[in-house]
Amino acid sequence: MHDRYSARHFSTSSRKAQRHLRSEALNKWTEWQPVVRTDQISVLVGGEAGAGISAAGSLLGRAFLRGGLHVFGTIDYPSLIRGGHNFYLLRAASQPVYAQWDTIDLIIAFDARTIQRHKGELVADGGVIYDSDQVPAESPDLPKKGIQLYPIPLQTIVKAVEGAPVVRNTVALGAAVGILNYEFGLLESVLRETFADKGTKVVDMNQRAARAGYEHAQKQRTSQFCCQLSPTAETPSKRILLSGNEAVGLGAIAAGCKFYAAYPMTPASGLLHFMIAQAERCNFVAIQPESEIAAINMAIGASYAGVRAMTSTSGGGFCLMTEALGLAGITETPLVVLLGQRTGPSTGLATYTAQGDLRFALHAGQGEFPRVIIAPGDARECFDATIDAFNLTEEFQLPVIILGDKQLLESDLTADVFPTDHVPINRGKLLPMQAYAGPQPYLRHQYTDDGISPRLAPGTPGALTHTESSVHREIGFSDDSADTTQRMADKRYQKLPKLRQALTTRPTIKLYGAPKAPTILVGWGSSKGAILEALRLLNDDGLSFLQVLYLEPFPTDQIRAALKGKRPILVEGNQTAQLGSLIKEYTGITIDQKILRYDGRPFFPVRLAAQIKEVL
Amino acid sequence: MVKLTLQDVQTGETNTWCPGCGNFGILRALQAALVDLGLPREQYLVVTGIGCHGKLTNYASVNGFHGIHGRVLPVATGAKLANHDLIVLGFAGDGDQFDEGLEHLPHAARRNIDVKLFTHDNKVYGLTTGQTSPTSEPGYKSKTSPTGSIPLPINPVRLALACDASFVARGWVGDVTHLKELIKAAIRHPGFAFVDILQVCVTFNRVNTYEFYRDRVYKLEDDKHDPTDYRQAVVRSEEWSNRIPIGIFYRKERPVYHAALPQLAKQPLVRQLLYPPGLDKLVNEFT
Repeated sequence: MHDRYSARHFSTSSRKAQRHLRSEALNKWTEWQPVVRTDQISVLVGGEAGAGISAAGSLLGRAFLRGGLHVFGTIDYPSLIRGGHNFYLLRAASQPVYAQWDTIDLIIAFDARTIQRHKGELVADGGVIYDSDQVPAESPDLPKKGIQLYPIPLQTIVKAVEGAPVVRNTVALGAAVGILNYEFGLLESVLRETFADKGTKVVDMNQRAARAGYEHAQKQRTSQFCCQLSPTAETPSKRILLSGNEAVGLGAIAAGCKFYAAYPMTPASGLLHFMIAQAERCNFVAIQPESEIAAINMAIGASYAGVRAMTSTSGGGFCLMTEALGLAGITETPLVVLLGQRTGPSTGLATYTAQGDLRFALHAGQGEFPRVIIAPGDARECFDATIDAFNLTEEFQLPVIILGDKQLLESDLTADVFPTDHVPINRGKLLPMQAYAGPQPYLRHQYTDDGISPRLAPGTPGALTHTESSVHREIGFSDDSADTTQRMADKRYQKLPKLRQALTTRPTIKLYGAPKAPTILVGWGSSKGAILEALRLLNDDGLSFLQVLYLEPFPTDQIRAALKGKRPILVEGNQTAQLGSLIKEYTGITIDQKILRYDGRPFFPVRLAAQIKEVL
Repeated sequence: MVKLTLQDVQTGETNTWCPGCGNFGILRALQAALVDLGLPREQYLVVTGIGCHGKLTNYASVNGFHGIHGRVLPVATGAKLANHDLIVLGFAGDGDQFDEGLEHLPHAARRNIDVKLFTHDNKVYGLTTGQTSPTSEPGYKSKTSPTGSIPLPINPVRLALACDASFVARGWVGDVTHLKELIKAAIRHPGFAFVDILQVCVTFNRVNTYEFYRDRVYKLEDDKHDPTDYRQAVVRSEEWSNRIPIGIFYRKERPVYHAALPQLAKQPLVRQLLYPPGLDKLVNEFT
């Protein structure tokens, strides 16, 4: 019996089960939690959509980063532009952090709804900064007993410093720094650089606002708040804070991507914005065309013409792209696609996360053609995977899909500064453009021992290059004979041995924790973050973690070896345990114990740790 | 100038079009234009879609990319931006361009991407054995409109004018010399050029035959048409009766897309170094 739809997995889909798990987990967490916290904090910044919640959270995060702290930030927002409720979960700590936290130490609330909705997530001695101009002291929304309340008259302060209404956010950030007794100068420097291109007036206004908030909070701070953060000794920060989309973008630029086309779609739009912003200064072309179909076909046209080309989208857009993915497959045109997963099917949840498109990416397109799928799980892996995607796509002349999701691509992630020298570049069998000197006629799809043919850009003197979406002979003209059809199909798959060999030098899988641990968690993509946090929380020598980074060609031998003699527990952000089914297909190993989440939300460390304990 | 003969621009592939197919006229006109222009063959890229026209890449001896249905323009646009030294020519069928690929036409036109689009407009689906096309005339009978086609046809010339294409023309396969001159004019036009070619499908379309067009076409240039006058062009585009105009309806020079990109000012992308300037600085902006 196939295990994929078995009811034995530990699904946490029902709301009741979620609530139960949550309270269980939080009870456990209070046992684990130290009384005095100077090494980490969890902050929630909340308010209406359109109120600059994400930007405010990121600014505070960067101020923490500059103090040598590790930061993770993620935005939760519904698919609307104004109104509604947005919140940004920010985590900062002296040790690496990979996910948002289950509980909140400090809420920065720009409306009453934020307090009302999230006060239950506060730790017992947590605090709330709120706009006392908007929320009266007797408001029933305010939490009772134990919680520190910091009413800050945000709008009054904004008026006093002659700021624009939006500067309210900056006042609150200043207040937060004051309450945490954190170094104000770090916030000041972040504000200065963030608003530099808007002119000194805007910089001054924001700095005045932040200082006013800071001073107000310092005066109000009667007793010490539960979290007191200090910059670490490290100076200056050698770390960066960026979204997964930006990390992919930096990887693409570093790899020499010269053409990028994409149609807006959450959660991949961040890459579109980043690439458009950098195109002129980094000498490449980025374009927002009329559809995802146009985007991928443009990228294929550019790649055929000899440049490194990329597109990006989410599931719905990728549906539209699948026909052209096959075009890249049969014409053996290099192509990099970032597929940013979100909750499906169809529109699903436009702004929430999922890991439901693994099988889709694997099988997208009619017929059979080889491809590579890489699923990075953190910022550095996004950067490295994208560089590698460009190298693999050109070396093997097949499409490469980078599989990300909302949690990875839209969260703010900390990484060491990416190395920009010695970026490996491998253009495979691309011929120089000066002049063609090979045998005539040039054969775009020449049969070779490794299945890879010399590639020539049109415009190269001395030769013409032809290719076809129809089955074609070596020269690239159509041919429907049985012999050619089979030989060309074989040629395309003949690349696999060399590709597999090349992947042995790549981190196709990664192992964390004690090598001899009898139990091993198995996951891929963004859930890596919460899994690593849960591992640390459980602090159990009997547990380790297998991350599958390269999903196609499937690293069968490595996975088989990693799971040998162990008890695996699968952790995936989908309903049908897609990685689990692939492991079964390739290795024969059935993973009975599964922790699956498919409610649009990412895994949270404490809850995940509790679920793992339950399974153990 | 290089000296090319007609033989140089033929691939020698066995042609699989039906005897008498209008595509032969388009291929001959293109090849004659290539000979006349006398540029190295490597400088041209022909992009085709799916349909009988698509096999053109197999017969015209220049660089060729035969893509998927409806997507001639995006492939051509990507190739042009990657290497704007290429002369990029798109050939599409009426089904290919005006059904499946319709979305791309207004956008190519408003960008004024320096790509030339030639549509093989035979008003029928040929390669799928004779279904009604978006340019089939009302009452046209086929397997998919057995009692006669109901909707109004798309008027490609008027459509291109409405899309602000900077060069709009119509040719017909019965006058290869005239068509050749239109192809040359389109290639010489800086920016997006659209040429609808009245083609004949001898197998499936018994309405829009050689005789049908021969009796009706007249040349705009012989009829005091001013191609710089947009309104006149629109009026002419609506003419489809006993008289069918061919020639250049409209042309207007305006900035081409790639010229507006400073990163392409010095040389095409394909000739630029991979390693971007200032990468180090860019990464450090995230500290």
